[in-house]
Amino acid sequence: MTVVFQKTKGLTDTPFHYCPGCTHGIVHRLVAETMEELGVLDKAIGVAPVGCAVFAYEYFNCDMQEAAHGRAPAVATGIKRVHPDKIVFTYQGDGDLAAIGTAETVHAAARGENITVIFINNAIYGMTGGQMAPTSLIGQETLTTPYGRKPETNGYPIKMCEMLSTLEGAAYIERVSVYDVKHVLNAKKAIKNAFKAQINKKGFSMIEVLSSCPTNWGMSPNEALKWIKDKMEQYYPLGVYKNTLEEEK
Amino acid sequence: MEERIIFAGFGGQGIMSMGLIMSYAGMMDGKNVSWLPSYGPEMRGGTANCHVTISDEPVGSPIINEATVVVAMNRPSLEKYEQDIVKGGLLLINSSLITIEHKRRDIEVYRIPTNDIANQLGNLKVANSIMIGVLMGLKNMISEAAIKISFGKVFEGKENLIPLNIKAYERGKEFISSISSQLVAR
Amino acid sequence: MAKVLMKGNEALAEAAIQAGCRHYFGYPITPQNEVTAYMAKRMPEVGGVFLQAESEVSAINMVYGAGGAGARVLITSSSPGISLMQEGISYIAGAEVPCVIANIMRGGPGLGGIQPSQSDYFQATKGGGHGDYKLIVLAPSTIQEMAELVQQAFHIADKYRNPVMILGDGMLGQMMEPVDFDILKKEENKIEEKPWATTGKGTRNKRNIINSLELDPQILEKHNIEIFKKYQKAAKEEVRYEMTNCEEAEIILVAYGTIARVAKNAIEIAKRENIKVGLIRPISLWPFPEEPFKKTKDHVKAYLTIEMSMGQMIEDVKIAVNGQKEVYFYGRVGGMVPEPMAILEEIKKIRGKK
Repeated sequence: MTVVFQKTKGLTDTPFHYCPGCTHGIVHRLVAETMEELGVLDKAIGVAPVGCAVFAYEYFNCDMQEAAHGRAPAVATGIKRVHPDKIVFTYQGDGDLAAIGTAETVHAAARGENITVIFINNAIYGMTGGQMAPTSLIGQETLTTPYGRKPETNGYPIKMCEMLSTLEGAAYIERVSVYDVKHVLNAKKAIKNAFKAQINKKGFSMIEVLSSCPTNWGMSPNEALKWIKDKMEQYYPLGVYKNTLEEEK
Repeated sequence: MEERIIFAGFGGQGIMSMGLIMSYAGMMDGKNVSWLPSYGPEMRGGTANCHVTISDEPVGSPIINEATVVVAMNRPSLEKYEQDIVKGGLLLINSSLITIEHKRRDIEVYRIPTNDIANQLGNLKVANSIMIGVLMGLKNMISEAAIKISFGKVFEGKENLIPLNIKAYERGKEFISSISSQLVAR
Repeated sequence: MAKVLMKGNEALAEAAIQAGCRHYFGYPITPQNEVTAYMAKRMPEVGGVFLQAESEVSAINMVYGAGGAGARVLITSSSPGISLMQEGISYIAGAEVPCVIANIMRGGPGLGGIQPSQSDYFQATKGGGHGDYKLIVLAPSTIQEMAELVQQAFHIADKYRNPVMILGDGMLGQMMEPVDFDILKKEENKIEEKPWATTGKGTRNKRNIINSLELDPQILEKHNIEIFKKYQKAAKEEVRYEMTNCEEAEIILVAYGTIARVAKNAIEIAKRENIKVGLIRPISLWPFPEEPFKKTKDHVKAYLTIEMSMGQMIEDVKIAVNGQKEVYFYGRVGGMVPEPMAILEEIKKIRGKK
């Protein structure tokens, strides 16, 4: 019998706790497959966030540290400075990376810290039950913006890729999504590039993944995927924002 | 033997260095020493002081409340620290900058025009080394050899300044040997 | 290396390096800036890492990462900066990561001042961050002792997989005294294997996870109990103190760090007036030394705790004395330092009481 698909060695056998229709599972798999394919699983050290992915240390089949809310890039910095030849990555949500941990994110990028950051942007706080995120869209209804996010009171959503790509230390920055197969495949390519940037000691790499949260958005999984495409992608254009891998070619 | 010395003056008068020279020298002579500086923004141009203890015994409090010596390089220092000197203690006054009289009558006092002597030597900055010379001329607390090595230690990286400072130190000693004999005569 | 004249902050840094610490994360704050400056210069010489973080919050999390990854790590700051680190310290203790934290205290609360203080005693010994945990807290009173305790701190941190805090005041950081590094115990510099560290799985068949999260209350309770077994062991094995002139003392002073030295001066002055005064100097503030109080009961009229605070360590003194004798307090704050004569006055007041 020919094996056409099997679970990557990059994931443990622990079943995911994520909600039906949530795209965290897809991104976990892409990161895990990437590490397996690049042959770095045995020297990978991951940092889990606080947020829906707080149990990421249960899923990735490598050494892991669990960080405080927003501090993953600082924790990853500490690990990487001890083990510069190991592969260090963080996996963070929008509240973790772009609100409480903005300073850690920006400064890790500014230092050109040779780590990879996987940034799940689903425009909402999932674990705490659906509050406004720094990336919630204008007009988006959440628990803490029941009348929709208003610029007058809540300001504007943050575009992290655009911001970070202005920094010298950033080596590879790309925004992708996972709302259909084509985009999932492209996301995989992007994640691989980010890890390659780290392997080649290029500096800070981050992949922002526009993701869904059907539970807290109050949508069916299909509606949620469509919302990423129709709404989120309009405000957060997909694409490569910084790529120093190209320079070598 | 225990000497508790307060060096005080403006920032920039080399107050910390005076303390350091004595501390290094004390250490090299096998004494117990401690050097406690004032720190913070006041060091940038305001008043500066350091407390130096040189002792045969382990040093207790690094803060000096009962000084055996006070070196006052400016007027505020004299006003502040004169009262802290033990009975029979020593007060050295930089008379180039301090024109007021001291108040205590139960201590030994010397007025030295350190800035004027420094100017004669061509560099106002060596006023502190002159004072070290004066202090060493009056109190035999550490060896001459240790002091000279100590100058080298404190001026590490600025070796060109060492000869002039040693010269200033010698001038301080000379000054005090001439003036002490006058005092004895009086 | 013969004796060298060094600032407390510099001796702290050098002792860490000699103890095998090769990772230092910090953020500038007075009066501990000499540590960052020293490390910035010295770490590259020994192939180590100095990193100036964007904040104390970030710096302590770098320590968490590096300590979790198996390194001997040092972080230093002063009071307001240590407050910012409390979240990280709680995580580090919860995840059982060894590291050494030094607090060169200044006056508070709030931004306070930059002059010496001992008003972070509660924060250091009673928790500081959230949750049930303890730091092992060591308080040097000379620069030589600073070097010795910093070195021991790394050893203790590894032994218990727990953060150890060096608690000093601004004076101790700023003052210079001769230090002899040759007399430090070299065996404590040996770093033992850390099979639990996140080094990358390699050929290990089990993943290593550094974590403080546990949602199952039964398991979390068990974790707390396990951690406290460590603390009970430390409470037996890590007690350190010094007793001076306590044999026939009528009044015993209790003071730590620099203030213990001021207290010694007061004892000398009291001797001139034929007043017998002793000193108990706790060196480990947690575990707090209770034995010396038991040893000195009979001839002692009262204890007098002296601190640069409004009265913090006195609570531990009272627990140790356990109502057997009166415990009095004298303190100065905000950067003011108790003077020996003022302490003598307090002693006389206590003697005058029935």
